[in-house]
Amino acid sequence: MIATAARVLRQLRHDPRTIAMILVVPCVLLTLLWWIYDGGPTFTSIGPALLALFPMIIMFLITSIATLRERRSGTLERLLTLPLSKISFLGGYALAFGVMATVQALLASALMLGPLGLEVQGPWALLVLIAVLDSLLGVALGLFVSAFANTEFQAVQFMPAIVLPQVLLCGLLVPRADLPRFLEIVSNVLPLSYAVDAMNEVARESVPDLTLPLVVLVAFIVGMLALGSATLRRRTP
Amino acid sequence: MVTTAGSVVQVRGLRVIRGPTTALDGVDVTVAEGLITGLLGPSGSGKTTLIRSILGVQVTAAGSVTVLGHPAGSAPLRREVGYVTQAPSVYPDLTVAENLQYFARVLGVADVRADTDRVLEVVDLGPQRRQLTATLSGGEASRVNLAAALLGRPRLVVLDEPTVGLDPVLRDSLWHTFAQIAASGTAVLVSSHVMDEAVRCDRLVLLRAGRVLAQGTPADLLTRTGTDSAEQAFLALVREGRTP
Repeated sequence: MIATAARVLRQLRHDPRTIAMILVVPCVLLTLLWWIYDGGPTFTSIGPALLALFPMIIMFLITSIATLRERRSGTLERLLTLPLSKISFLGGYALAFGVMATVQALLASALMLGPLGLEVQGPWALLVLIAVLDSLLGVALGLFVSAFANTEFQAVQFMPAIVLPQVLLCGLLVPRADLPRFLEIVSNVLPLSYAVDAMNEVARESVPDLTLPLVVLVAFIVGMLALGSATLRRRTP
Repeated sequence: MVTTAGSVVQVRGLRVIRGPTTALDGVDVTVAEGLITGLLGPSGSGKTTLIRSILGVQVTAAGSVTVLGHPAGSAPLRREVGYVTQAPSVYPDLTVAENLQYFARVLGVADVRADTDRVLEVVDLGPQRRQLTATLSGGEASRVNLAAALLGRPRLVVLDEPTVGLDPVLRDSLWHTFAQIAASGTAVLVSSHVMDEAVRCDRLVLLRAGRVLAQGTPADLLTRTGTDSAEQAFLALVREGRTP
């Protein structure tokens, strides 16, 4: 698992532009939103939710493309003829992108809490923890959907199909409790809703109770990784 | 068909169905240790399907594939069989050495650095070790692919059309490398659709339309068909419509 994670990070190291984009783009977008709302109350209310969005979206895209490349280039077929367990393969990806996500979350939350003046009641480290879990959710979802994409075009289209509905229903636009009843029920089964709930809880409460959202997030991550591992077949027709 | 001592691969009555077509039908093949076995046949004859069956990555419909006494693809074989895929299956965005070190770690090789150095020497890529794989020529990339399959000293190396599209000088040196690998006691199975390459092999398996036309030493096949080249022998066997 460590070998695979180290290999994925080495691949990224040869691609400094991707690293820069992973780290810089969320910060630029957060600053842009701060500017749009002139740092006012709207920004304060959506700020915590924004911290949950970027890690998931970016890691979802990167993971689904990276795994699709492994499937199509023959490297996955080679790896599956070697003594590498599927858990090590998936875990290696999750670990490597988890490291990237941690750095990204540290930068984004430092920017939000510092220059952009977002005030939260709870400990800032919890924001980073939630952001990392959230990015692992993106990794797990990306690994899973890459099994259903035959081309890079399809993989990219999974972004609007799988991620965008979660963004619309996560409470960013309208608080989840104010959604029409049916949509509220839908948002209750989408994992991103729980990441946003957790971020909001940390923003509001000095001693936040994160049991429910964290349990749901971890369960989703483990479940999606298990489903993803079921799509890695050593024997194919 | 005689099962010789030292046989590494035994394929018996193998049938593979891919989509609407029967890719392999009643195939019997033996691969022996220390020899180069050439798997020759035209494009679409089932070479890659047979190779994937021996690797245990192909869903089969009937028959058995045994490698070193284990069913193909079973866990103990994952350290014993090196697989050289048709298209280089290495990471273009890693250097040559980084690619090999990763696969060596996955294999659990004891001394990763030493084994990487060894296979780089076998494929003669020492000077390119720090180069990004994406920047290599096609021939060099296919050598990285071969080097990856030699890590951990497997007892069987399977190569799917390794010489396609390479210039004659490079092809010649690759065949010398295969001979060197076989001489160390490793069983080597090489597929090719170029009949000229038959003379490089110790044993031949001629495949056509999912069936084995003939197998034996190159000299045997020429004598049996009364021809003087593998291409002529192949044509003669097709005309006879005979099966082994």
